[in-house]
Order: sequence, then C-alpha cells, then structure tokens
Amino acid sequence: MKKATGTVFKYGDNVDTDVIIPARYLNSSDPAELASHCMEDIDKEFIKKVKPGDIIVADKNFGCGSSREHAPIAIKAAGVSCVIAQTFARIFYRNAINIGLPIIECPEAAAAIEAGDEVEIDFDTGIITDKTKNTHYKGQAFPPFMQKIIAAGGLVNYINQGS
Amino acid sequence: MGMTMTQKILAAHAGLDQVEAGQLIEADLDLVLGNDITSPVAIKEMEKMKVDGVFDKDKIALVPDHFVPNKDIKSAEHCMCVREFARRNKITNYFEVGQMGIEHALLPEKGLTVAGDVVIGADSHTCTYGALGAFSTGVGSTDMAAGMATGKAWFKVPGAIRFHLTGKPAEWVSGKDVILHIIGMIGVDGALYKSMEFVGDGIANLSMDDRFTIANMAIEAGGKNGIFPVDDRARAYMEEHSSRAYTVYEADPDAVYDEEYTIDLSALRPTIAFPHLPENTRTIDEITEPVKIDQVVIGSCTNGRLDDLRTAAKVLAGRHVAEGIRCIVIPATQKIYLQAMEEGLLKTFIEAGAVVSTPTCGPCLGGYMGILAEGERCVSTTNRNFVGRMGHVKSEIYLASPAVAAASAVAGKIACPQQLA
Repeated sequence: MKKATGTVFKYGDNVDTDVIIPARYLNSSDPAELASHCMEDIDKEFIKKVKPGDIIVADKNFGCGSSREHAPIAIKAAGVSCVIAQTFARIFYRNAINIGLPIIECPEAAAAIEAGDEVEIDFDTGIITDKTKNTHYKGQAFPPFMQKIIAAGGLVNYINQGS
Repeated sequence: MGMTMTQKILAAHAGLDQVEAGQLIEADLDLVLGNDITSPVAIKEMEKMKVDGVFDKDKIALVPDHFVPNKDIKSAEHCMCVREFARRNKITNYFEVGQMGIEHALLPEKGLTVAGDVVIGADSHTCTYGALGAFSTGVGSTDMAAGMATGKAWFKVPGAIRFHLTGKPAEWVSGKDVILHIIGMIGVDGALYKSMEFVGDGIANLSMDDRFTIANMAIEAGGKNGIFPVDDRARAYMEEHSSRAYTVYEADPDAVYDEEYTIDLSALRPTIAFPHLPENTRTIDEITEPVKIDQVVIGSCTNGRLDDLRTAAKVLAGRHVAEGIRCIVIPATQKIYLQAMEEGLLKTFIEAGAVVSTPTCGPCLGGYMGILAEGERCVSTTNRNFVGRMGHVKSEIYLASPAVAAASAVAGKIACPQQLA
C-alpha cells in the first residue's frame, strides 16, 4: 500500500458519526456532497482547510453512533488519507475497511501527535512518523483477513475476486 | 473452553463446533436489513458485484422509515431507489408507507427475527433483536450489500461482559432506566467490540418491550450486540408473532467473561442522560436545579412500543402539556398505532395537548418532525444526545424513559411522575 503523508487535524474522544456527517445531509449519498459537510458540526474550518492526503488524529471511540457508511465516505471524499485513533467504534472500523479508508489504532501516536504536525504512515510496516516532532510510533497491524480486503480495494472487489 | 450465548450462535452459523473471542469467522445470515438511508448506498455497491441478484428474496427486509413519508425530493428519490430494487428482486419483506414502521419495532412484530438467528442490519440499532435471544448487529451499507448478495458476513467473535440483573424495578422505572444506568456506569465505549450478555432472575420482571429497549441501546455502550436468555415470556412473544422455528442457545457454565456486573433493579431510579453523551447520566434525585425544556419526543426504535405509549398515557391522562411545550408522540409501527387508538391512548395524548405522528425515525436523528432551534432543550425517549443530533449544534437533548418524558412535558422541566401534582 502507498504511504500516506499530510497535515494533521486533531480531535478528542467520542467523535460521533452525527458530527462527522450530520443526518440533515443524509438525503444525499453523493460522496462529494457529503464531503462538503464533513466534520461541520465539530469543526467548521475542516472542510475549508483540508488538503488531499491530510490525516485525522483522534482519541478514543472515533466514529461512535450511527452505522452510516456516509461517515467514512465523507472523510475519504474530503481527501483524508488516514485516520489514526486510540480506538475506533466497531461499525465505523468495519465500514472504513469495507470502503477502503485506511485507519490505524495507535494510542501512543493519538496522544502525542498535535494539530498541524506533518505525519507519514507506512501501511506495510505500520510505522507512523511525526515529521514535525521527528518521532515514530508503531500502529496496530490489521489481521491478514482484513489486509486481503484492503489490498483488494474494499469488500466489493474482494468478493468479486472470489467469485 | 466454554462459549457465551453469542459465541454459540455464531459458531452454529459458521459451521464450527467451537469459536473463541478474537477469532475471525464467516457466518450464514438469517436476515439482512436496510432502511431508506443505508439501502441506496448498499444497492449501488451491490450493482458493482458480479452477482445475479440477492441470495434469498425472503431473507432481506427493506424498511423505509427514516425520512418517510418522504420529507423532500432527495429522500423521495432514495425511497424510489429502494422500492424499485425491492420490486426488481421480488423482495418479500419490503414495507411501504402504510405497512412500514420503525424497523427495529417492526421486524420482531412481523415475526421476522427469532431466537438463535444471526441478523445484520445497516442500522446501528439492529442489536435490538438480542431481546429475543438472537445475535443481531449493526453494519454499514457495503456489509449489507455483501450480505444481500452472498447471505454471509465476516465477524470477529466478540468477548463478553455479563450483567446479572436481580430484583424488580419500582413503579415508573423501566428498561430505559436500566440501560441508561448501565451506560452511565461503563461509558459509551465500555463494551467496545464486545457482547453484552444479560442474565439473572430480574429479567423475569422485565417486559419484552423493556428488553427490546435495553438490547437496542447496547450500541450506545459500544457493544457489538446485547443478548437475553430465552424465557417463557420470550417464547410466548415469538409464538404470538412468528411462524418461524426458533433455536434456543444457552451459555456454557464455564463460558469466559471479560467483566461481570450485578445490578439490583429494585435500587434503580429514573435516570436521565444529559448532553452530549448517553453516559452523562444522573438520577432524577441528582437533578437539583430545574432544567427547563422546550420539547418532548416520545417514540423511536428505543421507546415507541405499546408499553411505552401506555406509560406515557398513564402520566398524561387528566393532565395537560405545559404552556409553550411541544410534545410529539410517535407510535413505532402501524400495529402499535392502531392498538394505541383502540385503547384510547391517542385520545389521551391529543386531549393532553400532544401531537401524534405516523411512524418515522424523523426527529431522533434530526431528520424532520421535531428539529430543535439554537438554545432549545428536548427531553427525548430516543437513544443519542450527541451535539446537533436533533437540530442546531447549540440545542440540547436529555435522554429519558417515556414516564420521565411525559412528566417533563406536563411540568415544563425535567420531572418524574411522582413530582407531578
């Protein structure tokens, strides 16, 4: 997998799917339209500032709440290359893998990395590098089964390969 | 090593004699569910798959319930997409407006979920059917698409937390208070990736509607599922509502639990979750300053069932909603609506100054039918009080039982029935 490199947007605990993409916009399923409202209820500046490749870092239980796949879709379509968190809510975790949004659980990185830091993630090794602080962290590797889904580019391709 | 109830159901559906926590398995599905928000995304994904249609037209349930009757043109288009997919694929269990209800109240009522099932639904509150002794869990749209196409889903077998429920709840204390108490105790990620297994003699004192409410909010503690043992009351419910055969699984005596809690139901008090997380709970006795409100919502997949409406009506009978307060009552299904009408509950609500809506998820997720303005406060029997969930980012939601919600509507501030004149 290609390395991710970008500037960090930092959030706290329990970033829920209602703030990632408020339900008032769920009458659309268009990724670009969803992206235009991404994080709107927690950070109005996010969508104005985010650049392709940027990275979200958060504390525990990122993506809690609704099962809406619109949440990882909006984050991916906004250009975010990876979400690093202390922990993820389980439905968000599944959805991110299934749609091909890279995510990594790493409590140490989530605690130390700050907003605005330049960060690089090597998905093959799980190494997270904070280039601003010149520090390194080891993220949790995916189990082989999930790596196969990610390598296929998501669950749909994975199923198509098997059929 | 022994297995939990959840692990036994998963093992049986994966064709394995034994599974353990952390193991990745592929399980056969008894039902795949979607609604008007999640199904259109799933349908689009399924069209990219090299399959000739759905795995079993009888094992898919499509329930437009979030934004129906259509709230705007875009939601009408989403519903049209689901309707046409259902027709094309001859889906048996598609529920049009007029037959539909809020999905997690509707499916057990229609007998589509029974004990021993493995159910996935593209809605986080799919965990509700654990009340019947099924393994059911929320997934996203791509998982739903794969489930519709293949009849299978991958799962990481969850570890478990066991909750021993003892005693009998006092008057005006319900399943909602039980689950809010638990979430307050363990936090919104207290059961992350795990199953919540409810056991104990206190369960006999909980109605099926109480159990649906408790299992429904397992997700608010981060749980993968919540599950109850199958007792006579659950059997009677299934026999009344379903013609499907059910299978009763019981946890092994030596099953492993990561944590155990004992909860004395008789000691619980009406419990309210303050903004902006379901874990911010306080008992009614801990609220010392009056919390004035603007709106009350009684309904949703959590608390829109007949028991809930009966409780609310008991509080509202002979009383009136306080001046300036909007009280919105939403029966969860058409059957519940009709029963509420026959029992005179709707008359009680209307005479008390409440409005009664057709079934919809509407206000719970800030869709429509009760959106909050800046600075407004709502006592709601729904399941989430996140920032902006029901409207403006500066509005506030207080989660509570139907008894507390109805009493609050009368008082104009958070109250329990005993506090009313």
